Amino acid sequence: MLIYILRRIASAVSVVIVTLVASFGLFFVAPTDPAGTICGQRCTPERYADISASLNLDEPVVQQVGDYLKGLAVGRTYHSGGAAIDCDAPCLGYSYTLGQPVTKLIGQALPITVSIVLGGAVVYLIIGILAGVVAARRRGTYLDRLMVGTSLGINAVPYFVVALLVSLYATFLPHSAYHPLLENPLTWAGGLLAAWLTLGLANAASYTRYSRASMIETLGEDYIRTARAKGISERRVVYRHGLRAAITPIATIFGVDLAIQLTGAIFTEAMFGLPGLGVLTLRAFNQYDLPVLMAGVLVGSVVLVVMNLLVDILYTILDPRVRLG
Amino acid sequence: MTEPHLLSTPDRRPDTVSRTRRVAGDRTEGQSYLEVKDLTVTFPTADGLVRAVQGLSYSLPLGRTLAVVGESGSGKSVSSMAIMGLHDPRSTRMTGSITVGGEEIVGMPPAELRKRRGANAAMIFQDPQSSLHPYFTVGDQIIEAYRAHHRVSKRVARDRAVDMLGRVGIPNPRRRLDDYPHQFSGGMRQRAMIAMALVNDPKLLIADEPTTALDVTVQAQILDLIMELQQDFGSAVLFITHDLGVVAEIADDVLVMYGGRGVEYGRAESILGQPLHPYTWGLLESIPAVSGEPARLHPIPGTPPSLLALPSGCSFHPRCEFAGRVPGCTVDLPELVSRTADTTRASRCHLTDPAGIFETDILPRLP
Ligand SMILES: Nc1ncnc2c1ncn2[C@@H]1O[C@H](COP(=O)(O)OP(=O)(O)OP(=O)(O)O)[C@@H](O)[C@H]1O
Ligand code: SF4
Ligand SMILES: [Mg+2]
Repeated sequence: MLIYILRRIASAVSVVIVTLVASFGLFFVAPTDPAGTICGQRCTPERYADISASLNLDEPVVQQVGDYLKGLAVGRTYHSGGAAIDCDAPCLGYSYTLGQPVTKLIGQALPITVSIVLGGAVVYLIIGILAGVVAARRRGTYLDRLMVGTSLGINAVPYFVVALLVSLYATFLPHSAYHPLLENPLTWAGGLLAAWLTLGLANAASYTRYSRASMIETLGEDYIRTARAKGISERRVVYRHGLRAAITPIATIFGVDLAIQLTGAIFTEAMFGLPGLGVLTLRAFNQYDLPVLMAGVLVGSVVLVVMNLLVDILYTILDPRVRLG
Repeated sequence: MTEPHLLSTPDRRPDTVSRTRRVAGDRTEGQSYLEVKDLTVTFPTADGLVRAVQGLSYSLPLGRTLAVVGESGSGKSVSSMAIMGLHDPRSTRMTGSITVGGEEIVGMPPAELRKRRGANAAMIFQDPQSSLHPYFTVGDQIIEAYRAHHRVSKRVARDRAVDMLGRVGIPNPRRRLDDYPHQFSGGMRQRAMIAMALVNDPKLLIADEPTTALDVTVQAQILDLIMELQQDFGSAVLFITHDLGVVAEIADDVLVMYGGRGVEYGRAESILGQPLHPYTWGLLESIPAVSGEPARLHPIPGTPPSLLALPSGCSFHPRCEFAGRVPGCTVDLPELVSRTADTTRASRCHLTDPAGIFETDILPRLP
């Protein structure tokens, strides 16, 4: 087990490094003029050279990659307009347009995105799975049809409509804003409630159908009949024996969804004015802020790889037949 | 319609029966532990009413084994699930009567059924691979079955589970208790299922094709185990099987089912030695010769009837080679009654001299 996890971590790290190098190549070797774009219309030659140097564009690509990795490991120093800017490890570069180390920018944005996504996940997992189980148990009844219909309906409207409805009708919620969790957990949660509700409701619809389907399949299994034959309560049959098995395939979907949401919560962030990763990278995209974009790619690939790893580890915990050597 | 004189057979094993403990059946002197009377189980479906079991009657005293045989779809499992109260009342209609230890099962409220399920009657299923929960340890599942009916600590239940695993012949039971089902072999899994079924000391054990999914050698071991445990526990065993070889080995009595109805009933020796129903003849002819080459295998021609629309008269008539010999086969449904001097047996067929036909037409064809 431990060897398996170590091996997976090693391969995960190598995936991240390959992504890093590849995106480096794609971004910095691209036939564009990043320094010029950043410099803008009224660009003096000095300023242009300055920006080039700060992006290390004047060096060969291999050296740029080396510097980047070195910056990640031990930090580095940027020179801009004659001033030296220290960028401590793990240094993800320096955003010229924002005048801030990228690590700091990511460090501010990441907790916001993680808070939105994890809080939303709690909402949709609870609502979706419970609704799915109820629908599965009442399969074919009006309640079941109503739930499936509602879920299809929610999925059919664009996500921003869900967000709009939440903003319009859930006016009793506190104003959306990000307050750090450690300062005051209550204001943290309050400021995120609207985003959680939106993300939660929109995804609960899909999770209702996933868990309904998974539960219906599981409830038809022979071991459920065995459980009933023991004379345990129906609730125990459904929740202990049924849900325990039905949840395993949902865990896989959840891992993938979580990774997608962590890297793409941009809608939720933008609509609720929460400056998370999505907002940060979108701004970087528009302003051609290469170091921030690079960091976005890096964080994204780390998130994907880590989620995959977590799902696999979760699987070995959930399903005792998957014991890895 | 029903024939109580036929079905309440005297016990062949008074010694085991006298050992019955705190038998609820004590209240119902003279009645068998399991009594099924005119049971009908139907499922309303989109295609129509599926008549899975109709007019089924039999009885099973403690200490005896009744084998229920018949082709796929003849209603063997549906009728036994009815005894366990395992049918979903929302999608199943049941009429008639099933008494277990004198208590009526048909129409019993679900909560009451649940209390009895696994305690008075327990069931083991065909495929031990799929019948055990893959995510829980074997011990966990046995302990759960015990604690469903006994208010005891986990420790006590655990000791009981170890004890049961040992009794069904699993070596090293204390250690194997924490294994998952996939760590057991097929035969061991079925042993574990049996341990789980018997953990509450049920007086009725229903075994639904418990050996079909197993290797031949393992099959024999499991059969021996069930017979041995029946001796020890003095319970009644309802044994469902396709395999007449198994019937010969294990059964005291036999019920042959066709299209949801009982078509022949009697002592195992009589049913196997001199069956009186053409369908039972067909079953006998379709057993592969045990020792020799499977050259003499005659499957019954035709297919089992549709339960949505059973054939008129005798349900077996479209497949019966003797249907033309007697009038009424296609119009009158024969009753399951005694048709010979031997009142312990009954068959549902219009033929006037089935014993003679068996001697002249069937016996020479058998392997
Ligand atoms: N819930 C249900 N709804 C509709 N039809 C059902 C239902 N359960 C069983 N049946 C039908 O009832 C018939 C009898 O099934 P049953 O399982 O009792 O057969 P069986 O004799 O046990 O056969 P096998 O040897 O294959 O186990 C089958 O045709 C089956 O399709
Ligand atoms: S009643 Fe007629 S059709 Fe039915 S089994 Fe007897 S002979 Fe065959
Ligand atoms: Mg069956």
